[in-house]
Amino acid sequence: MTDTFEPEIVAFCCHYCAYTAADMAGSKRISYPPNVKIIRVPCTGKVDAIHIMKALEKGADGVYVAGCLEGDCHFKTGNIRAAHRVRRVQSLLEEIGVEPGRVEMITMSAGMGERFAKTARDFTEKIRQLGPSPVKTAARDFRRRAVS
Amino acid sequence: MITAVRKPMEEIIACVEPYDRILLVGCNECVSVCSAGGRKEVALLASALHMHFMKQGKTMDIREITLERQCDPEYVEELVTSVDGSDAILSMACGCGVQTIAARYREKPVFPAVNTTFMGASERQGVWSERCQGCGDCVLGITGGICPIARCSKRLMNGPCGGSTKGKCEIDANVDCAWQLIWDRLKALGLERRIEDIMEAKDWRTSRDGGPRKIIREDLAS
Repeated sequence: MTDTFEPEIVAFCCHYCAYTAADMAGSKRISYPPNVKIIRVPCTGKVDAIHIMKALEKGADGVYVAGCLEGDCHFKTGNIRAAHRVRRVQSLLEEIGVEPGRVEMITMSAGMGERFAKTARDFTEKIRQLGPSPVKTAARDFRRRAVS
Repeated sequence: MITAVRKPMEEIIACVEPYDRILLVGCNECVSVCSAGGRKEVALLASALHMHFMKQGKTMDIREITLERQCDPEYVEELVTSVDGSDAILSMACGCGVQTIAARYREKPVFPAVNTTFMGASERQGVWSERCQGCGDCVLGITGGICPIARCSKRLMNGPCGGSTKGKCEIDANVDCAWQLIWDRLKALGLERRIEDIMEAKDWRTSRDGGPRKIIREDLAS
């Protein structure tokens, strides 16, 4: 199953660093997996735990929050707050039996196009190894059973 | 405020598992401020429960509502239209809210999703500390605004005890000795002589020793 499995990944990227890094990756013609769907946010501090949870609930296999390097947040501590929230979601996921590794906090500067692409590749690979989200798989099987 | 912390998911799941339709009720008051049971926490818990039950192949109908105040019958009345469509109620309010709901909707099982913890104040973002135990006979006026009941581990009325070391309590080096704080504060106010005034044994009848307490304001009660 994992051979044909293409993870769906949501990346919350801050406008000032990670999103600009993604743009940089594009300008430099560095490819990254199309599995990663970017949601631009003004700052990772804007990303609440519920946004990450909803992404997973609605079918994402993995979610990462990509912000500025520590100490470089445009809004001073937004990335630190985001990292705390990511940890909170990870522990909540652990409590309900979902791999906490499906959620991650990543930091980079606006000029790190290569890092953005590498991160996207690495995270996609990590989720590919983890397999489809157990939430999505069970829900799909349940729907199949209901139809048949 | 009354502080609370969410119960472990395992415990919450065990409570709601037998049901198909849950009414998840938050409270906009204290538990919102201490980030335990406000609108955000309701949404987060609902999402976690959805995911857990989806994993089990079960569709759980969870309706989210956050009341202005769960410990007031007027606000709890707002649930009247939603209660019928649910098999059980899961409350994220403090114990007062849970009991107000249980008293109003007797035909529905009500479960607490948080553990009500203490009456406290916010030290800084994300940190709350116990400040009051509702003893019913406030002594803050003579202890420099620091409560020996809530903040001294032994609830000593005449402290400090021998366990006070460098301003910290013997139970934990991170816990301030309340009587050291009282001394420091009285000294700053130029009232240090007060520390020598012996406080008499406290009359605990105004606290829990007198059984469940009630306030009746004749001018307000009808």
